[in-house]
Amino acid sequence: MSVFVRRSDPNILAAVAALLICAGAAMADAPKRVVSINLCTDQLAMMLAAPGQLVSVSYLARDRRSSAMADLAEGYPVNRGLAEDVFLLKPDLVLTGDHTTPATVAMLERLGVRVERFSLATDFDQIADRLRQMGRALGREAMGAAAAARFEADVAGLQSDAGQRMARRAALYYANGYTSGDDTLAGHILAAAGLANIASELGMPAGGSLALETLVMAGPDALITAERFEGHSRSEDILNHGVLRRVAESAARSTTNANWVCGTPHVLSAIEGLRE
Amino acid sequence: MTPRALFTSLSVLLVGLFCASLLIGPAGLGIGESLTALIAGGDDPLALVMQEIRLPRAILGALIGVSLGLAGAAMQGYLRNPLAEPGLIGVSGSAALGAVLALQTGVAASFALALPLSGLAGAVIGVLLILMLAGPRGSSMTLILAGIAISALAGALTALVLNLSPNPFATSEIVFWMMGSLADRSMSHVWLAGPIMLVGWGMISLTARTLDALTLGEDATSALGLSLTATRLWLVLGVAASVGAATSVAGAIGFVGLVVPHLMRPLVGARPARLLWASALGGASMVLAADIAVRLVLPDRDLKLGVLMALVGAPLFLHLIYKTRREFA
Amino acid sequence: MTLLSLEHMTVTRGARRVIDDVSLTIGAGEFVGLIGPNGAGKTTLMRAALSLLPAKGTCNLRQLKPSERARAVAWLPQQREIAWPVDVETVVALGRIPYLPRGASLRDDDRAAVGHAVSRMGLEAFAGRIATQLSGGEQARVLIARALAQDTPLFMADEPIAGLDPAHQLSTMRAFADLARDGRSVLAALHDLPLAARYCTRLILIDAGRIVADGPPRAVLTEENVAEVFGVRGAFAETGAGVAFQVLEALP
Repeated sequence: MSVFVRRSDPNILAAVAALLICAGAAMADAPKRVVSINLCTDQLAMMLAAPGQLVSVSYLARDRRSSAMADLAEGYPVNRGLAEDVFLLKPDLVLTGDHTTPATVAMLERLGVRVERFSLATDFDQIADRLRQMGRALGREAMGAAAAARFEADVAGLQSDAGQRMARRAALYYANGYTSGDDTLAGHILAAAGLANIASELGMPAGGSLALETLVMAGPDALITAERFEGHSRSEDILNHGVLRRVAESAARSTTNANWVCGTPHVLSAIEGLRE
Repeated sequence: MTPRALFTSLSVLLVGLFCASLLIGPAGLGIGESLTALIAGGDDPLALVMQEIRLPRAILGALIGVSLGLAGAAMQGYLRNPLAEPGLIGVSGSAALGAVLALQTGVAASFALALPLSGLAGAVIGVLLILMLAGPRGSSMTLILAGIAISALAGALTALVLNLSPNPFATSEIVFWMMGSLADRSMSHVWLAGPIMLVGWGMISLTARTLDALTLGEDATSALGLSLTATRLWLVLGVAASVGAATSVAGAIGFVGLVVPHLMRPLVGARPARLLWASALGGASMVLAADIAVRLVLPDRDLKLGVLMALVGAPLFLHLIYKTRREFA
Repeated sequence: MTLLSLEHMTVTRGARRVIDDVSLTIGAGEFVGLIGPNGAGKTTLMRAALSLLPAKGTCNLRQLKPSERARAVAWLPQQREIAWPVDVETVVALGRIPYLPRGASLRDDDRAAVGHAVSRMGLEAFAGRIATQLSGGEQARVLIARALAQDTPLFMADEPIAGLDPAHQLSTMRAFADLARDGRSVLAALHDLPLAARYCTRLILIDAGRIVADGPPRAVLTEENVAEVFGVRGAFAETGAGVAFQVLEALP
C-alpha cells in the first residue's frame, strides 16, 4: 500500500486526524504542573506521577514519623500548603484531602486553580479507589488501574493467610487515650494481620476515648501504641503510664509507624509488621 | 468543737473519702474484689488497675489537698487576709509555668526530681512577687490586683511556651495546666512530687507559732521573741515546695486554699496555728471529694478538677468580697 | 536592779537624728511616764530600745537574745491590732508564747498568768467573747492584758490609755502603778499630762529626740518646761482629791 495519502481518500485523513487530535487531547488533559498539599495525596502522587509532572509536595512528606516515602520526598520541593505558596508555583492541578484547610482550598479555587479532593481511605477497597482516582487525575489511568489491581491482589493474599491464624486480641492506644475501632484504617490493618480489636468487644466501631482502666481490664495480648512526637505533651504521657509497662510484661508491645498513617499500598508493610 | 473532736472527725472523713476514691472508676469493680486485689497484688488486670491507676490517684489527691489547704492557711495567716490563697494570688500559675518550661525544654528529663523542683522554683518567684507587691496587712484590693497581675503574666507565658512547642499536642495542654486534673496519674508521679510536698509541709509547720502571734501585728510578734525574717523564709519555701510540687504533677488547682480555711476557721476559733492542720486535713478531703465527683458526674467526659473547684469556689469568693466590702463601707 | 539602761542611744532616719544621744536608766518599782509632743520620738525611743529599729549606742535589752528579751520586757504597740476573730482568752494567752516551747499547749502556770491578767484588767465577763466584736476601748484592755500575761519585770507601752473611757483610763493607770508597787517597772508613752502626773513615779520629758527633763512629776512639769515643749500653760493645783496637774490654756 502506498504511504502517500491520496487526496481522494478523506476517510483515512479523517481517521488519522482524529487519532492525532485524541492523542493531543490526552496529552493536553494530563496536568503538567501538579502540586500536592496533603500528606496522603503526596504519597499517592509520588507513586503514580510521570517524571516532572509533580512539582511540589507538602512538607509533611519528608517527616519520617508520618510519611512512608520520606526519602523519595527529599527529591521534591516542599510547600507549606498556604495559598500564596501554592499559587506562585503556577499549578494546573492541586491535590488535597477532604479536611485540608478549607480556607486555603477555597482561596485556590477562587483564583481559578483546579483542585482535586481525595477523601481519607478507611478500608482496602477505598485505597484501591484512591489509586484509580489519582491515576485519572494525573492523566495516568493505566498506571493507576494497574497499581490498584496489584494492591488488591496483595491484600487478598495476606487476608487469606490471616483467616488461619488464631485470633489474638490487640489494643490500639494513642495520645489522649484514643483507640481506633474496626471501621478505621488501623482497624482494618489489625484485622488483615489476624488480630481481633478489643475496641469492637467494647462496642466502639469507630474508636474513641478508652479509659486506661478499661484497657487494662480487657487484658489484650498485644498493645500497639503510636510513636511519640518530639518535645513533651501531657496527652502522650498516658503512653508512658506505669500500668502499660506492666501490661507489656505479658503482652506484646509495638508501635505504629508511617505505614499506618495514610491509605496507600504501604499499609501492606504495616500488616506484615504486625504478623511478626 | 474541741480540737481533738475536730481532728478525729476530719481524719475519719479523709479515710472514708480515700477509700471511696479507690472504689470509683470506669472499670466498675466490686468493693470486695477491689480491696483484695489492692492488698494481694499480683499481675492480674484487677490488681494492676487498683495498684497502678486507682491508688496513685487517691494518694495524689490527698497529698495535693493537704498541700493546697496548708499553703492557703499559711498565706492567709501571714498576710492576715482571708483572700490570700495560692491559686488566687498567682502562686499556682507561676508553679505551672515553671513546670511547663521544664517539660518543654527537656530539663524535666535531665534528673529525677527536676520537674517538681522546677514547679517549686516557679512558685518561689510567685510568692516573692506577691509579698513584694502586696505585703503583709496590705489591703485586699492590692492583694487581689497583685494576684491578678501575677496570674495573668504566668498564664500568658505558659500559653506562649506551649504555643511554641514542637509537639502538636502541646497547645491543648493549656487546659490541663490552668484547670488541673488527676486523671491517669501513676505511682511515678507520687514518688516525684510526694517527698518535696512533705518537705514543704514541714517548713510550713515551723511558722505555726508566729502565725498565731501575728494576730497582734508584726511589732508585737517581734517583741514576743519570734523572728519574722525566719518565718517569712519558711513560709516562702514551704508554700513553694508544696504548691510547686503539687502543681507540677496535677496542674493548677485553685480555690482549695480559699474555701477550706474559710470553712475551717469557725471550727478552730480562728486560731491560725490550729487552722494549719485543720486546713490540711480539710483540703485533702475536699480534693478527694472533688476528684470523686468528676468521675461520677460526667464519667465519659474528662471533666477537669479545676472546673469543679471553680464552681464551688467562685460563689464563696464572691461572698468573701461582699463581706469585705461591707466592712469597709 | 536595772531593768532598762540606755547609753548614748542615737537613731537616725536619713539625715535627721530622731533620737539624739539619749541616756537613761530605769530600776525596779518605777512607773515612768514618757511624755513629749507629737513627733518628739517617744515611739522611736521605745522601739529602738526593743531592738525593733537599728540604733547606735548601747542598751541592755538590745544585747539580749530575742527569746530572753521577750521574758525581760513586754511591749504594747500603739497600733491596736487583732487580726482574727479569736476569743479574748486566746489573745491574752498569746502573751505566754515566750515561755512555751514550739507546739506546746498552756500549762497550769500559764493559765494562772492568763487568769490573773484577765481579772486585773476587769475582763472576766468578756473572757469567752470574740475579741474583734468588742468596742475599741475593750479591745485595748484585752491587749494590755496580753502584755500583763507575759509576766515580765519591765512593761513598755505606747499610748496605752488612748481612747479608753475615764473610768478605764483610771483603772489602767492604777494597774500600772500597782505593778510598780509590786517591784516591776512600767515605761509608758502618754499624752495625758494630768494622769501622768498623778500616777507616774517619774516622768521623762523628751522633745526633738533629746531628754529635756527627767525626774518626779513636780520637777519635770514646771511652767517653763511645759510652755517651751508643749506650748501650753499648765500648773499644779489643789483639788478635792489632792494635788493635780492641769492644762490651762494654749500659748500663742
